[in-house]
Amino acid sequence: MKRTWPQSFLWLTLLIIVAIALIPILIDSASLREDLFLTLMLVILASSINIIMGYTGYVSFGHIVFFGLGGYFAFFLMLNYQVHFVLAALASGVGASVFAFLLGIPVLRLRGAYFALATIGINEAVRSFVTNFEPFGGAVGMFFNYAVYDAYGGARNALWFAYYAIVAVALVTVAASFLIKKSKFGLGLMAIREDQDTAQVLGIDPTRYKVLAYTCSAFFPALAGAIFFFKNGIIEPGPAFALLRSIEGLVMVMLGGYGTVTGPIVGAVVYERLRAFLITNPNFSSLHLFIAGLLLLVIVLFVTAGVVGWLRQRVPLLRRYLE
Amino acid sequence: MRKLVFLALVVALIASLGVACGPVAAPTPTVKRVLVGFTASQTGKLNKESKEQIQGLQLWLEDVKKAGGIKLKDGTMLMPEIKFYDDESLTDRVQALYTKLITEDKVDFLISPYSSGLTQTAAVVAEQYGKVMITTGAASDTTMEQGFKTIFQIYTPASRYLTGAVDLLQKLDPTAKKIAFVYEKERFSTDVTTFAQKYAKEKGFDIVLFEGYDTATTDFAPFINKIMPPKPDAIMGGGHFTDGTTFAKQLYEKKVPVKFVAILVAPPEPAFVEIGDAAQYVVGPSQWEPLARYSPESAKAAGLPWYGIGVADFTSAYKTKYGYEPSYHSAGGYAAGLIFQKGLEEADSVDAEKVKTALDRLDLLTFFGHIKFDTAAKTHGKQIGHEMVYVQWQKDAAGKLVKPVVWPLEGKSADAQLRKQ
Amino acid sequence: MNIDALVPSSIDGLMLGFVYGLAAMGLTLIFGVMRVINLAHGPVIALGMFAVYLIGTQFGVNPYLGLIAVLVLGLVLGIVMYFVAVHRVINAPELTTLLATFSVNLMIIGLGTVVFTTTPRAIDMDLGAFRTGAITILGTKVVAVLIAIAVTVGLYLFLYRTRVGKSIRAVANNRAAAELMGINTTGVLALSFGIGIMLAMTSGGLIATLFSFTILAGGVYELKSFVIVVLGGLGNPTGALVGGIVLGLLEGLTTIFMPVGWVPIIEYGVFVLILLIRPTGLFGAR
Repeated sequence: MKRTWPQSFLWLTLLIIVAIALIPILIDSASLREDLFLTLMLVILASSINIIMGYTGYVSFGHIVFFGLGGYFAFFLMLNYQVHFVLAALASGVGASVFAFLLGIPVLRLRGAYFALATIGINEAVRSFVTNFEPFGGAVGMFFNYAVYDAYGGARNALWFAYYAIVAVALVTVAASFLIKKSKFGLGLMAIREDQDTAQVLGIDPTRYKVLAYTCSAFFPALAGAIFFFKNGIIEPGPAFALLRSIEGLVMVMLGGYGTVTGPIVGAVVYERLRAFLITNPNFSSLHLFIAGLLLLVIVLFVTAGVVGWLRQRVPLLRRYLE
Repeated sequence: MRKLVFLALVVALIASLGVACGPVAAPTPTVKRVLVGFTASQTGKLNKESKEQIQGLQLWLEDVKKAGGIKLKDGTMLMPEIKFYDDESLTDRVQALYTKLITEDKVDFLISPYSSGLTQTAAVVAEQYGKVMITTGAASDTTMEQGFKTIFQIYTPASRYLTGAVDLLQKLDPTAKKIAFVYEKERFSTDVTTFAQKYAKEKGFDIVLFEGYDTATTDFAPFINKIMPPKPDAIMGGGHFTDGTTFAKQLYEKKVPVKFVAILVAPPEPAFVEIGDAAQYVVGPSQWEPLARYSPESAKAAGLPWYGIGVADFTSAYKTKYGYEPSYHSAGGYAAGLIFQKGLEEADSVDAEKVKTALDRLDLLTFFGHIKFDTAAKTHGKQIGHEMVYVQWQKDAAGKLVKPVVWPLEGKSADAQLRKQ
Repeated sequence: MNIDALVPSSIDGLMLGFVYGLAAMGLTLIFGVMRVINLAHGPVIALGMFAVYLIGTQFGVNPYLGLIAVLVLGLVLGIVMYFVAVHRVINAPELTTLLATFSVNLMIIGLGTVVFTTTPRAIDMDLGAFRTGAITILGTKVVAVLIAIAVTVGLYLFLYRTRVGKSIRAVANNRAAAELMGINTTGVLALSFGIGIMLAMTSGGLIATLFSFTILAGGVYELKSFVIVVLGGLGNPTGALVGGIVLGLLEGLTTIFMPVGWVPIIEYGVFVLILLIRPTGLFGAR
């Protein structure tokens, strides 16, 4: 049976991610592993934002709320009920999705800027709530005893374990992003993006589609949050619900190319590498925010379609091959 | 051919220099580089405190370099160097950067980032590579109760941070009964006030208010309005520099009639005086003060060995180099270097395991105070020697605001005063 | 027992509300005229704080006089910002302008941290106080309220009584139609953006006379501005003042009955609810 190109493209993308993810394992470099961990985490975040923003046209400014909630749910389960990390992470993903589902029904009725503002409000409300919620440790947050990692073969192994987990989640996220885009469901989303009212006339139930897309896009960041805070050994409201990181996620999507599958991946990688370079470079370290801002402005003003979108525009041949 | 001649000349020159300068009997000491790594908050909300900490550490480094390095028994000179990255005051990259320091930059020893939250994150990495990490600027108790074995804390932990203020209040005004606690809602301040509150209750005080405020708070009116009705005798709390200063200023503006105000972190900072008369009578716990009375003599009196620079020497060297008085964050930075230096000397090696054992045994007095680490398995590395001192802003005879040490009694340079309107 | 705090707390909340309202006015004006949510709003407020502070410390100018200089400075900065970051994407989808203004946010914060560090600054202002019982009303706050009212009245008169103001409203209503009527829309948009930034910076300057600040201090007011703008109706500058007062009072009253830490949950909860139920704001036109 002959595979169609888009399918092969998906396999190719996944293969590239796996190949890169294998490097730190093969050369046993923890430092490279840490760099890739952060990059893959951002790939997950950006790809998820892309599902609701790029495909559906709803700018979720406070998307980090799912990352934070995922982290908190999983941490809570691991700390209080000694739930195995994998189970806790999956449970937190489901929890965040349910939250997104319930929230999405009313909030997704809002359009444009109103929706964007509402998501900011939700993130801030949840952050304030968690800051005051004693079962989650309140303002102090929760932390692991170092011995928690013994169940995973010690801290050193646990960090490798967290890395495998993030690789796996990244692969699933990219695959999901691809499958959604290529499915009838994805086409429906894009119809909503272009013109919600027309889409409705064509028999698409916008609320159902949007809420489903929102639910999907909440699942993966929650897993990423669970893994990230497991690895950190401490979770606090500030880092968990950092609005800035949410907006950085949007930047990555824009940078790579809004509405494409590879765009958020490229965007996350480029943005993260750039930041890492600027921070560790003594000449730029104090100016890294400024440079990041300048770069973003240039992209927004002159390369609106992002890297991948620009390539697709410039090289017609790529349109058939680059998703 | 020409190259060879040139090379020969160079060799001859070096040889002659060697003969001229080097004493003939002693072999030139081998110099070994020791790399110390950490992350600093060069940007973000912690950059002020972090900067002072780093400046203190850099002063220590200079002093060691001036002395030619750290001498081991076999004559080897250890020459420390530091390597650090910006962590943006965020936990995001702390683990990645510490891993980079350990595996790529191959640092031999670590110093913690500033603040308890970042430190706990870094500790997970340091511990798994068996790297000794000296924490400074991190006073949380809980971080030190997570079973870490290679982490050593030099600050007095949060549980003993504000308890002295309760004692001071009781001594100053035995009739005082009611305390209101208003604190910043984050790890360190919450830890400190929770312990202080418990302690105050044990001492027979009523806690009339115990409430936290958000980190970015600039308007304390809602809290002040809640403090007033129950008529407390004392207010304790605060968090970090900005909010603590603002809180003190607004208490003064609103003429809150309490006899005693103790605030975390802000009062010991020289810049606290910028709020003018509002600073008067405010008490603050400090890890270290330029007026602290630690000296070789006091070491002898306490039966402890003395080590390192004197208080006055440190203060003046810091002032000369940076143009202003050191705060306890600066002193903490220097002390981290100093303790690490002592650890190397005692271990007589750069082997992490030996240095760890040496640090475990340390029990000495420095310009920063008494340093001794807990060796119990559960609380390993927690600071048990060091004590807080308490300053109070007072007006001297000329009406100028100064901050003498008022507690503990044996270290005081002035008597504490009750607050007057 | 808590009732004793009711009066002073309401007064404090009310007065602060005026300042909140002023802080939100620039944000809502810009949104009303060009449908742009200015994510550089917070840093611009912080710039206003620093402008007043620096004018005061460098030239010894009274902060209130410094505010006049900040008006001009803000207008110029706003117009420059418009042409650099907004003009090119004014017709692009919302996301684009959100990101364009956010990039300005990053740049201001980035440069500001380098230049000013995050050491807190404060303007030492003492205009005395009015005291009776548990109530203390600071002179600086009274002046801030008066200035906030003056600015609102000025803005209202400008928008409704002057020719330029009317063209701004025309552009806000229907840009294409305004253009057909011979209005220079680019000029009007740039001017409106300038005025929006000017308002934000002015409010920053005013806040600086009340509270200490750093370059990051604008963030709190930016978030509060979002809430206020929604309360008062997105795009309605005078509604912002009302929204501000409502928020201020809400803060003043709720803090008496619950831990202050819970207040943001109520604020943001109300914010999301109003968005859902009545996106034109409680006081906005339908």
